[in-house]
Amino acid sequence: MEIDPFIFRLSIFILSIFVGYYVVWSVTPSLHTPLMSVTNAISSVIIVGAIIAALSGSDGVVFSSSSIYGFLAIILAAVNIFGGFLVTQRMLAMYKKKKKDK
Amino acid sequence: MSANLSAILYLVSGVLFILALRGLSSPETSRQGNLFGIIGMVIAVTVTFLSVGNFGAGFVYVLIFLAIGGSLGAFIAYRIPMTAMPELVAGFHSLVGLAAVFVAISAFINPSAFNLGTPGNIKLASLIEMAIGAAVGAITFSGSVIAFLKLQGIMSGAPITFKGQHLLNALLLILIVILTIYLCLTQSSNLFWILIAISFLIGFLIIIPIGGADMPVVISMLNSYSGWAAAGIGFTLENTALIITGALVGSSGAILSYIMCKGMNRSFFNVILGGFGATDQTSGSQNKEQRPVKSGNADDAAFLMKNASSVIIVPGYGMAVAQAQHALREMVDTLKKNDIKVSYAIHPVAGRMPGHMNVLLAEANVPYDEVFELEEINNDFANADVAFVIGANDVTNPVAKTDPQSPIYGMPVLDVEKCKSVLFVKRSLSPGYAGIDNDLFYKENTLMLFADAKKMTEDITKNL
Repeated sequence: MEIDPFIFRLSIFILSIFVGYYVVWSVTPSLHTPLMSVTNAISSVIIVGAIIAALSGSDGVVFSSSSIYGFLAIILAAVNIFGGFLVTQRMLAMYKKKKKDK
Repeated sequence: MSANLSAILYLVSGVLFILALRGLSSPETSRQGNLFGIIGMVIAVTVTFLSVGNFGAGFVYVLIFLAIGGSLGAFIAYRIPMTAMPELVAGFHSLVGLAAVFVAISAFINPSAFNLGTPGNIKLASLIEMAIGAAVGAITFSGSVIAFLKLQGIMSGAPITFKGQHLLNALLLILIVILTIYLCLTQSSNLFWILIAISFLIGFLIIIPIGGADMPVVISMLNSYSGWAAAGIGFTLENTALIITGALVGSSGAILSYIMCKGMNRSFFNVILGGFGATDQTSGSQNKEQRPVKSGNADDAAFLMKNASSVIIVPGYGMAVAQAQHALREMVDTLKKNDIKVSYAIHPVAGRMPGHMNVLLAEANVPYDEVFELEEINNDFANADVAFVIGANDVTNPVAKTDPQSPIYGMPVLDVEKCKSVLFVKRSLSPGYAGIDNDLFYKENTLMLFADAKKMTEDITKNL
């Protein structure tokens, strides 16, 4: 009997929760704010859904009732992707070590 | 592009996202981690374009919309002051939530584009995943909007409570489950819209009773929700990158909420049910007795610090409000020139989001190896000469250790009172967020400095 592909996705999901659990516990507390902004940025990978939705219009019709929601979601996710990664970059650039030659 | 190849590439981008979080285990590797995240995102977007394979007029519009959102995001990222980071993150969460809702709606209207069946005849599993994604996304959206408004000060940070609040929330949650079941039975689009509307309402209702200082928990929780919403959509789209990311973000937010709750010694449900501080505030002000307080000026503070050999700085939300971090670092520079050892002590819930104080100090060029977490530094207070409390309050209150009646009893606090002397910068004697008097104000070795944090710090530097 074949296994439903859903079960595979569920396995990936469950294992990823555990990976996330251990990886996030190893994040140093001083970087918790960048952690939040970068998780924000990566969760915007939802843009893949938005792109599929936006390009779902049939031939010649760019804006259909369903693709409009896709386009709107693209804007929202793009704000998040660019904003999230850049603000994380900006924050991380500020974390400096004490200069040794004091 | 073949479905197998794109699935593998989505997996690669999921792994890169794991590495992005992994990089944050230390500041040295963190920038590389962020780069991994960016690469992962570029792969995911490129693969999506290639596998849809539609490079007509729609593709051009996608790029235009991408550019609009991207430049808007980049503009915000460059302009936002570091003190506004909690608002920014709350705002960003709301966007993820709303994007999830939009994608779910689009999939519901046009399921064939996503290979989910035809309108009115959507696969059962997909319909359930869609409903979950949309509901969690909607809750994330409206909850984050309220959190944003509270943090921004547009809405009062005070908890808003009313009778039957919890009952109403519980009923609405049950209603969502019932609606989802009916949606699966009937495939009715009206039910789908009602489901989304009720989810928006729940997000709104669960955040309004939570007070300003509980924001670290709220933001972490919404972070977690945005992850679960993404995972729900990931199942709908059968997309590995989204499923992995959703799980990562979901567990990340959950861990942060847990850390924040532990920092306040409160259970998650206690925070979520809200209303904390609202009742204590009234009782606290009624039986407030007049106790003698020693207050001083910048000159006294400078004198104390000049004669100290080690100083510990305890920053809190007040520092962020007064934008005093740069002035503070200048003061510390002067102290260091006089061979005084200075370190910073950060309480887990200081500020309005996890790690808030660390970012502000980093912005002011404070080296991160001078900044310590509560467990690392708490024993050092007994050996330090001066503790300089700037904008923090409840997290230093010794009552948490001594008075079992106190609402903050059991909360881990910084042992500031063990220092030889304590300098407490504060605008007035008013109680902190928990609504309780801080015993520290009245200690023999405490000197209160009543002023704006930034102004006082600058004045002290002048007097050093």
